[in-house]
Amino acid sequence: MCSEKQKNRDTITELLHGLRNKAFITGSEAVAEAVKRANVDMAIAYPITPQSESMHLVGELFAKGYIRDYYRAENEFAVMAAVHGAALGGGRVFTATSGPGTLRAMEMFPVWAGARQPIVCAFMCRGVSLPPSIQPENIEMGMLLDTGMLMLHAENGQDFFDMILQAYLIAEQPDVHLPVGVFADGFFVTHTREEMRLPPEDCCLPPYDPGFAPVPVFDMETPPMRITRDPLLNKSNFISGNANASWHQEVLAAAERARKHIAQYMGGLLEVENPGAKIFIAASGTAVSQSREALRMMQAEGMDAGLIKIKSIRPFPGSELCKALEAADLVVVPEFNAGGWLAREIRAAIDRNHRVIGAPRVFGGMTMPPWLIVEEVKKALGAGQSRGGC
Amino acid sequence: MSKKIITPVASLAHILPEDYRALVEKGPHGKSVGIKDLGSFKEITEEHPHCAGCGVSLGVRLALAALPAPEDTLVVGTPGCSFFALSQTAVNYSNTAFGNQNSVASGLKRMLSIRYPDKDKDVVVMAGDGGIADIGLDMTLHSWFRGEKISTIMLDNEVYGNTGGQESGMSPEGQVLHMAPKGKNFKKIPVFEMARTAGCVYGAKVTIASPKRLGMAVNRAILLARELGPTYVQIYTPCPTNMKFSPADTLRIAKEAGKAHYAFEEFMTEEAALRIAAMEGGLEKEPE
Ligand code: SF4
Repeated sequence: MCSEKQKNRDTITELLHGLRNKAFITGSEAVAEAVKRANVDMAIAYPITPQSESMHLVGELFAKGYIRDYYRAENEFAVMAAVHGAALGGGRVFTATSGPGTLRAMEMFPVWAGARQPIVCAFMCRGVSLPPSIQPENIEMGMLLDTGMLMLHAENGQDFFDMILQAYLIAEQPDVHLPVGVFADGFFVTHTREEMRLPPEDCCLPPYDPGFAPVPVFDMETPPMRITRDPLLNKSNFISGNANASWHQEVLAAAERARKHIAQYMGGLLEVENPGAKIFIAASGTAVSQSREALRMMQAEGMDAGLIKIKSIRPFPGSELCKALEAADLVVVPEFNAGGWLAREIRAAIDRNHRVIGAPRVFGGMTMPPWLIVEEVKKALGAGQSRGGC
Repeated sequence: MSKKIITPVASLAHILPEDYRALVEKGPHGKSVGIKDLGSFKEITEEHPHCAGCGVSLGVRLALAALPAPEDTLVVGTPGCSFFALSQTAVNYSNTAFGNQNSVASGLKRMLSIRYPDKDKDVVVMAGDGGIADIGLDMTLHSWFRGEKISTIMLDNEVYGNTGGQESGMSPEGQVLHMAPKGKNFKKIPVFEMARTAGCVYGAKVTIASPKRLGMAVNRAILLARELGPTYVQIYTPCPTNMKFSPADTLRIAKEAGKAHYAFEEFMTEEAALRIAAMEGGLEKEPE
């Protein structure tokens, strides 16, 4: 909710392109700064490391009058269910979670997408399995790829701030109206202080208007009167099967329609540095920052290499990657997880996919020294780029 | 909300189903009708797919007929047999994941209070015993602990009906059921007693064989939830298919339960009792 101090003016342009002031804050603080400007009606929280601090700060925003309602629910599944209920009631909502919390709440993410709700959720990724780890890792993103929600991956605190506001703008488009997950690698982003540029505090998004939703709000004020908001299509007949399947197709089509809005508000689904290169590093999240350093080291050695920063994981920039990698001989994909979901996605999107090397992969909370990336490039060049493909 | 909003525009009226038009013409909206007027208005569309003699479908009909303001009521449910009749009622109904109904209702009620600060929007959870007492028990209890202003109505058929007759936490002790091949070895979960402890301001336990009492309990629960806090009604809705009795015997089974383990019970806080007395012109003896 815009506080008394905030005014509704042409805030979308101002927020995205207006004057910005310097701030030296953590990624968690950046989340709260974004929520402060997002005109959120309701936020619901449950603590889990490394997310907790951001939702404490969102609670403080509630106490100061920036949000109309906020409470600590009993677990992550309940949080995501309550956020679903709040969105059914026609308001703008926010929540955040991490690793095991994400998986505990898993059933609700396809429900959000199936209910066409423009919920924005921040995911501060971390390890999920036994032995228990709270350390940075983004394997959970691989597990969320097919939930129907849009997925944006922040490289740093600045991205995290910007993407949360951009997420509302994209999610609430009538031709999209889907949940958006904004992902950041836990600790590396959430607990690191960096210089960011923030729009003035008196600038916030215009309020959400459920009248533009492509599905009726569940509030008894939207005709037709008698609504089974979420019909159970459980008859094994052709009509029921078709109705269910076409709904899922529509969810996927809505994600495709998000591309133009991502282009408008985020400047594209990916960014390419040194487009003419033959060797590319392609990454998302904090692996992009490590790749920037690796690129510098390689260029210092006289290697002609480029970098692709993938910002949108869903929708996935398949055609953009095909174009950017048309003349490339080698694509190295460093990741902060054991499964290598990004390399899999890239391999599935481009031709001659033996060019893709799914390495280095670090997990369990390890850091990714840039030289590790450089070594993978050199190893691949030495082996004639035959590793990682068939 | 006026009835105008549910009335189809003339040019589209002919393509709307007969059921919908009948709901507009003969529904309970904007009228002061209740259980005693059943049959004179339309609270549900016909031809629901419940089994013959289903207690749950009768429970849904009776509860729906007792809503104080159907035009401003939002029902949240969960997968299971209760869905069939609920999706064909004259009120908005949403069915989400299994067991999360009280969490969904919490978020929904709070958001409606933000969007309609001067209107009463009744958020009612209506779900089976599996959803409320088993998979969703934590969320049921926490919504009560938090004092959410919602009414929870359990349609207790003492079994998982829709999945084919498995044991539920509300099944009677000793009952042989799927997944309880040697008979259930623990008692019915005392949700009614827990409701009082967890902070419900009103609770009632009733069977479908006492429609007037049922109507009174539902009506009280919803009106008290508007003002005071969470309320709970537990309705015995026997399932002939899985409990293996004749569909013709549903009411007899319910009546017998009403004399045994499902005797009518009610609790209320002092404040709730005062409010009921003010609403009903004195706390009269409960109808049969
Ligand atoms: S299985 Fe039982 S509860 Fe379900 S519809 Fe049939 S009779 Fe009713």
